[in-house]
Amino acid sequence: MPETVTLEVTRYSPERDAQPSLEKFEVPLRKDWVVLDALNHIKDKVDGSLTYRWSCRMGICGSCGMMVNGEPKLTCATFLSAYTRGKPIRIEPLRYFPVVRDLVVELSDFVTKLTQVMPWLVRKQEKAIAEGEYLQTPEGLESYRQYAMCINCTLCYAACPVYGLDPVFIGPAALALAQRYNMDSRDQGAEERMAHLAHPEGVWGCTFVGECTRVCPKHVDPAGAIQQYKIKAALDWFKSFVMPRGEQ
Amino acid sequence: MNTAKAPSAYTEFHPRWYRKRVSTWWWLGSGPYLRFILRELSSIFVALSVAMTLAQLWALRFGADAYSRFQESMRSPWLMALGVLTLAFTVFHSITWFNLAPRALTVRIGGRRVPEIMIALPNFIGWAAVSALIAWLVVRG
Amino acid sequence: MSKRSNDGFFWSLFSVGGVISAFLIPIHVFLFALALPLGWLPHGGYEHLLALVRTPVGRVYLFVLCSFSLFHWAHRFRFTLYDGLQIKHLNEAVFAACYGTALIGTVLAAYLVLTL
Repeated sequence: MPETVTLEVTRYSPERDAQPSLEKFEVPLRKDWVVLDALNHIKDKVDGSLTYRWSCRMGICGSCGMMVNGEPKLTCATFLSAYTRGKPIRIEPLRYFPVVRDLVVELSDFVTKLTQVMPWLVRKQEKAIAEGEYLQTPEGLESYRQYAMCINCTLCYAACPVYGLDPVFIGPAALALAQRYNMDSRDQGAEERMAHLAHPEGVWGCTFVGECTRVCPKHVDPAGAIQQYKIKAALDWFKSFVMPRGEQ
Repeated sequence: MNTAKAPSAYTEFHPRWYRKRVSTWWWLGSGPYLRFILRELSSIFVALSVAMTLAQLWALRFGADAYSRFQESMRSPWLMALGVLTLAFTVFHSITWFNLAPRALTVRIGGRRVPEIMIALPNFIGWAAVSALIAWLVVRG
Repeated sequence: MSKRSNDGFFWSLFSVGGVISAFLIPIHVFLFALALPLGWLPHGGYEHLLALVRTPVGRVYLFVLCSFSLFHWAHRFRFTLYDGLQIKHLNEAVFAACYGTALIGTVLAAYLVLTL
C-alpha cells in the first residue's frame, strides 16, 4: 500500500457556500511530487470540480501561488516531502485577496496598482531610430537586475500585513517594479512615478516588516527596494524646499 | 435560469467573493510577525529612556540632594525591573536597526554590491566604541 | 494624483532618530537606570555630571538625543497604532497625539538644556 499524505484543501463555491471550508483528500506521497502534482491528482482522479490556477509548473509564470500550511508558496516549487510525515498539509487560497472560488483569488487590485506605477520605460525624449539603440553597461544592468526578476506571483502581497490590513497600500511587487524602471539608465520617468510612490499609500505605508522579501521565490527583495526609494523620496522632499518646483 | 434575488449568495456573472477580515491579533499568527511588532514596540522603550533622561536633567537642575533622590527612586524594584526591560528592548532596537540598515543603504564599489555584513559590522563596532566613550566620560572624574 | 506628501519629512526624523537612539540609548539606560544607581561603576558624582551636561557639546548632545529619539518613537508608534490596532480611521488624532507628544518632549528638553 503506497504511502499517502492528507491534503486539507479550501473549497468555496459562492453559489452554495456562505464561506470557505476545508475538504480532506488522501494523495499518494511520491518523493518527486510537488503540491501542484497533488492538486492535479485530486482534480484528475478524485474531484474534477477543484479549481485552482497553474501554468508553467516550473516557477516562472507566477500563477500557482497559494498558502501552504499558512505560508505563501508557489505550489509548483513546494515538495510534499518537505512537510512532516503523517501530518496533513493545508492548502488555502493566497491570503489578503478576495476568494473567487476554491483556491482562486481575485488579483485585479494588484494589476491596477502595477499599471499605476508605469512599469515600462518612460522617455521624455524618444531617440530617433536612426540614432541607434539605447546603450547600457553591465554595471547599469546590475543596478536594477534583481528587481527585474519579479514574476508577479503576488506571494509578497500575501505576506505583507500592511496590505492585508489596508488594501489601498500599493504593495511590495508594484513598488519593486517601479524601482526596477526608476533605476534603469534608459528610463526618464522617475519624476512621473513619484506621485504614486511618494504617497501615504505608496512607500510611506510600508513599515519594513520584511516578510515580502522572505517569501519571494525570485529573491527580488522588494523590502530593500522600498527602503531605498524612501531615502530617495525623503531627499526629494527636502530638495523641494530648497528648490521649489513649478507646476508641471 | 433563475437570476439572483436577495438574499442569494450568487448573482449570475457576479460571484460573491469571500473576503476574510484580518484579525486584530494578526501579529500573533507567525514568528516573523510577532518579532516585527516587538521591534516596533521597542520604540516605546526608547521614549521611556528619553523620559528617564529628562527626569535626570530635571533632578540635576535642582541640586545634589534632588539628584540623589532621583538615584534613590531609580533603585525601586519597579523601576529596576522597568530598567532591565528597557535595556533589553533598546538593545533589540539597536541590533535590528543595524542589521536592517544595509538593505536601505546599498553601497556599490566598481558596480558590485558590497555585502551587507560589511555595512552592518562597522555599525556594530561603532556602537560599541561610542558606548564605551560615553561610559568613560560619565564614570571618570 | 496627490500633492506631495509630508511623510518624507517625518520619515527622515524617524530615520535619524533611529540611528541616534540605536547608537546612544542603550548605554544611557545601562548607566543611569542600572549601573550607577546600583553602584556597579565608580560614580563621577553629581558635580562631575553637572559639569558634563553644562558644556555646550553636552547641551547639544542631550537635546539632539532626546528630541530625535522622541520623533523616532512618534513615527513608529503612529504606524504601530494603524497596523496593530487598526485604527486608521482615527488617523488625525493619532498623528496629533504622537508628534504632539514628541514636540512637547522636545520643548522640555530644550528648556532643560538651556537652563541647566
